[in-house]
Formats: sequence, C-alpha cells, structure tokens
Amino acid sequence: MEIGLNHYLVLATILFGIGLYGVMRRKNLLMLFFATEILLNSVNIGFAAISHYYGDLTGQMFAFFVIAIAASEVAVGLGLLIVWYKRHNSIDLDEMSLMRG
Amino acid sequence: MEKYLYIALFAPLVSSLFAALFTAQPKKQFVGIVTSLLIFTSFVSSSILLVYILKGGEPIHVELMTWMATGGLYIPFGFVVDEVSVVMMMVVTLVSTVVHVYSNGYMDHDKSFNRFFAWLSAFVFSMMVLVMSDNFAGLFIGWEGVGLCSWGLIGFWYNRESATWAANEAFIMNRIADLGMLIGLFLIYWNTGTLQYDEAFAKLPYLDTATLTWTGIFLFIGAMGKSAQFPLHTWLADAMEGPTPVSALIHAATMVTAGVYLVIRAHPLFDLIPHVGLFIASLGAFVAIFAASMALVNRDMKRIIAYSTLSQLGYMFAAAGLGAYWVALFHLMAHAFFKALLFLGAGNVMHAMHDELDPFKMGGLKKTMKWTWIMMTIASFALAGVFPLAGFYSKDAILETAFVEHHFIIYTVLLFTAGLTAFYSFRLVALIFHGEERYKLFGIHPHEAYKYMLVAMSPLLVLAIIAGAFQHTFFELVEEALHAVHYHIHSEVVVWIMTIGTQAFVIAMIIYAYKKYARKDIKIPDGTSPVEQSFIYKLLFNQYYIPYFYEEYIVKPYQELSEIFWKKVDLKIVDATVDGIAKVLYSTGAATRGMQNGNLSTMLRWMVVGLVLLLLIAVAIGITVRYSERITLFLSGLGVL
Repeated sequence: MEIGLNHYLVLATILFGIGLYGVMRRKNLLMLFFATEILLNSVNIGFAAISHYYGDLTGQMFAFFVIAIAASEVAVGLGLLIVWYKRHNSIDLDEMSLMRG
Repeated sequence: MEKYLYIALFAPLVSSLFAALFTAQPKKQFVGIVTSLLIFTSFVSSSILLVYILKGGEPIHVELMTWMATGGLYIPFGFVVDEVSVVMMMVVTLVSTVVHVYSNGYMDHDKSFNRFFAWLSAFVFSMMVLVMSDNFAGLFIGWEGVGLCSWGLIGFWYNRESATWAANEAFIMNRIADLGMLIGLFLIYWNTGTLQYDEAFAKLPYLDTATLTWTGIFLFIGAMGKSAQFPLHTWLADAMEGPTPVSALIHAATMVTAGVYLVIRAHPLFDLIPHVGLFIASLGAFVAIFAASMALVNRDMKRIIAYSTLSQLGYMFAAAGLGAYWVALFHLMAHAFFKALLFLGAGNVMHAMHDELDPFKMGGLKKTMKWTWIMMTIASFALAGVFPLAGFYSKDAILETAFVEHHFIIYTVLLFTAGLTAFYSFRLVALIFHGEERYKLFGIHPHEAYKYMLVAMSPLLVLAIIAGAFQHTFFELVEEALHAVHYHIHSEVVVWIMTIGTQAFVIAMIIYAYKKYARKDIKIPDGTSPVEQSFIYKLLFNQYYIPYFYEEYIVKPYQELSEIFWKKVDLKIVDATVDGIAKVLYSTGAATRGMQNGNLSTMLRWMVVGLVLLLLIAVAIGITVRYSERITLFLSGLGVL
C-alpha cells in the first residue's frame, strides 16, 4: 500500500489530538511545552505533506518558519521556567496563580 | 410704540428674575420696592399703549422671533396689542401694581418675602404673555405659566398641608381642562393649518359645523378649568389657602378671567356656533346662582368672596355665550377692580384679626378699621350692582343682553342671583364691621393696616366707583374688534321698570342682610339653631356635597386603582421584569466567574473549547455555503421562502 497524502494528514490529526490532550491535562509546565511542540509539529507535518502533494514549496517554507519560531519560543520559555523553578522549587501549573482574577 | 410693548411685556420678567436672585435669603425690603417699580413701569407702558389705541392707532403686531418652523408648521413668538389685549393689559398691570405695593405691607413679617415677589412677578409675566400673544400656542404658554405660578402661590406656605393640597388640587384640575384645550388647539391646527389668530379665524367659515362645534367645546373645556366653572369649580375655593394678595390678583382679577378672555378672543369661532354659545351662557347662569347660593351660608370670609368671584365669572360667561363679548369684557374689567379691592380689604381684616377667617368671630370692626370698612362697603356696593358704581353698569348690561336676546330663563336666574349677591356681600360686611365686638372674646386687638397699603388700594377704590362712566368709551374702543352691538330695549318704560326693579330688589336684599346680621345679639353659630339643622343649610354649607362626592367617588377609587396598579402591575410585572433581567445577568456572572480563576490549565481548556466551537461554526458555514442551493430548494418546498 502506497503511503499517500491522507496517511500524513491522519498522522498530523492524531498528533494534534495528542498535543491538545496534553495541553489540557498536563499540570507540569515542562510537559506543557512538550505538548505544545507536538501541536506545532503536527501542523508542520500537515504543511509539508500538502506542500509536496501540490508541488508548491510555500508550505515547506512555512514549516521552517514554524520550527524557527518554536525553537525561539522554547528557548525563552525554558529560560523563564528555570528562573521560576529556582524561586518556587516547583513547576506545577496549579500553583502559578499569582495573577488570579 | 413697539418699545412700549416690549417694556410692558418684559418688565415683569426682569422683576421676577431679580427677585429670584434673593429667594434663599432673608427678607430684603428693596426686593419688594424694585419689583413694584418694575411692574409699575409695565403699567405705565400699558397705559401709553391704551392711549395710543384709544386715539385710533393701528393695532401693534410684532414678531419677536421664530419659535418653531418645521414643514408646514410655523409658530412665531408674536405679540399683538389690539383693542382687546390692551384692555386686558391695563387690568392686569393695574391690579398687579396695586397688589405688589400692597404685598410689601401684607407680607411684611413673612420669612419668604423675596420668594413671594419672584412668584408674583412671574405670574404677571405669564399673564402678559397670555393676553398679548398673537397665536394660540403663545396663549397656551401663558396659560400654563399662570397655572404654574398659581400653584406656587397657592402653596406658598408649603409647610401647611392644606396649602400644598389645595395647590395640587388646582394644578391637577387645570391639567384636566388643559387637555381639552390642547385638543381644541390641535383641531384648529388640523383644520386650518395655522395657530395665528387672524389666519385661523379667516378660515373658520369654510369649515363644517360639526368640526367647529367640537373645536368650540374643547376650547371651552379649557376655559372652564381656568375660570373654575362647574364641574371643575372646587379648586377655586380651596385656592384661598394662598396669601390674600394672591387671591386678589390671581383668583379674582386676572387668572380666573383667562377663560373668559379665551372665549372673547376666539369670538369668530363662537359666533359661528351659537348652540355652543347658548350652552356656555346657560352654564354661566347656572354657575352664577350655584356659587352665589354657596356663598350665602359660608363662614369663611375668603371663601365667600371666592364664591362670589365664581358667580361673577358665571355672569361673564353668560354674556359671552350670548354673543355680547364686549359686555363680558367690560364686566371682567369692572369686576377685576372691585373684587381685587374686596380681597385686599379682606386681607386687612385678616391681618387685624390674626388670620381669623370666620366673620362671626369679628363684628364691630368699623371703629378700629374705618378706611377698610369704607373700601369694603363700596366694593360690596359695586359688586351688588348699586347705581352708580361700576358693577351697576356692567351687570345691568348683562341682564339687558339676556332680556333682549329673549333668554328669559337666563335673565331670571341672573336677576335672582343679583339679589343673592347683594345679600351675601352685605352679610359679610355686616358681620365683620357692624354689631357687637365679638372678637374681644378671643382676646384680639385689631389695628388698621399700614397707611401705604390703604393708599395702594385707593386706585381700585376710585375705579370701582367710576369705571361705569367709561362704558361708552369702552364700547367705542372694542366696537370694531368684537363686532359689538348695543343691546337696547325698545320700550322706554320697560327699561325703567327693569332698572328700578332690579335696584329695588338689590337694595331690599342689602337692607335685609343688614337687618339680619348687623344686630347686637348675633351669636357665633354652634350648629344647634333650627336654621343650621335644616337640610338646605347643610346642603349649601357643604357645597352641595360636591367636594365630598369628588373625594368619595373619584379620588378614592382612583387611589385604590393606583394602589392596585402599583402593587399588582408595577411591582409584580414591570419591576419583576426589570429585576429579572438584572438577576439573570448577575447569576450568569456568578456561575461563570469560575472560568476566570487565574489557573493556566483551566484557561487552556477553555481555549480549546473556544477553538472547537469556532471550528464547528466554520464547518457549519462551509456546509451551508456549499449546499445553499439545495437548502433553498428544501425551504421553498416547505413554503418558508
């Protein structure tokens, strides 16, 4: 069986679902970052697959941009995370409620 | 001449605004003086205008500015000084000047001296607008303005509950009548397309009788309220709660005659509908005798004079209704003089007796209050219509009118009322000034009023005596404006019999009143004498039970109805709806505030929910767009589109 566009899109959807579930359920900030990465990369898979399907490089270009932005986001995020951990000795989301409404 | 018109009109306004500056301050004598001078200025200007018109000058018509101009509606602030309005201006400004000067003395010890003058001058301004306006809209402004000032002045002593009650009663009764008046004005505008007197009247003859009749009836309902005609008369007697100068100015000389003025002003309309005129005349005659009968037994000095005013207004309407507009206007003028004089005299008596109003508790005051006695006696003679005082000429003209027009029932009623008038007037004079000095029982030490108050009253005294002499001049003045005709009885003998008969009747009543009430052994009635036990006395003393009837059958049911509406409709439906909306919002807020708990995890979950919802909407829209044709087909199959 040849692997076609649909397979890639199904994979992307499954990964997106996993990421979404992680975003919703994880209480550990680090795990939340991982879930976000899964979300972003599932979209990247979708972009790359459709780009290949249409023979249009724009989608792949977009995937690169997403990777670059995700990398910088993780860099900043991890930095903040480390500072937070040093101060509070915990990275549990439920305890990050200094700005509660 | 326009200059004088503006001075006459706006001097009272300036006066009122000036006095209004000091309303919150304790008594300032100069406020009384300045306002009196300004009103006097207005009087002088009116006199100049009167002389100008008397010399045959053209009526002055000015347009101060445009008030409303939209589409076909054009109403300017226009003022006119013609033969009719100049007479009214004279009456208003003259009596106002006298009353202003008099009030300086009368309100001497009152805390709200300044406020009194602010209201009084505001009243004069409103009255001037009413009589000088050249269109119905301006007349209506003045009409409402005098109503407002009357409210403020009846309820001047607002810490007395009876005064505020009377003020509200007067205001509300007038509102009822004003609704009629407004409908009349709408009918005029609807049918003629204008509210200017001359333009509207020019178009009236082309309208059908039914329209004219309704217009006339509704306008007259307005006049009934302001002039306190039956059945809207109860407010006038209660309005006596106000200070006495107010009663003299507003509830005797000027405001209450506004209704008569309206009928006179709209005479081209009432000329076209004589059946309504006959109704007006009949009602006038009825009110004349009805009010006079109540005055016969009343024991409140001011109320007696108020009923007398009511009765005389009935005379005026009787004349106006029969088409004798100039006679009505003449009686209005003469009545203003002697009735204001009578009221001011009553004010002197009240001051002397420390606000005692029951004439049975007075007696023998002529020794201490000689001048007041003379003035009130002459005013009463004028009111009774004794030759050669003012009332004789005007009342005689009304009686002649009724006779010549062959309305013998109206004539008889009015003639009989003339006798009643003589009786109650001199009952009052006899009780106050003659007989035993009964006030000594109450430890009162009466004193005559200030000299300048008496001097201020003297112009009215002079006019009450000589006004009748101007009858011919007056006739010539308004002859053209009101299509006046002399009512002559052809047979010389009949005239003499009528005049002498009337005079004899009136004088007999006066003597009878003196005989009955000037005796030494008058007792203060205590409700035990056979007369007081009789049905008629009780009926008259309780004002035919009409106030009782209104209270029981209109005020109370209305109050109960209001209570039902308040408790059932307002609280349970209207308020409940409004509260319900607020509660829904509040409870929604309370229920959903959990979303905003500041927890990142919760927020992310809600973000996902939002995302899913937006996606679903996008998908739904996409499907709808794609299958729009089929959906349209389906819906048209169902008959929806």
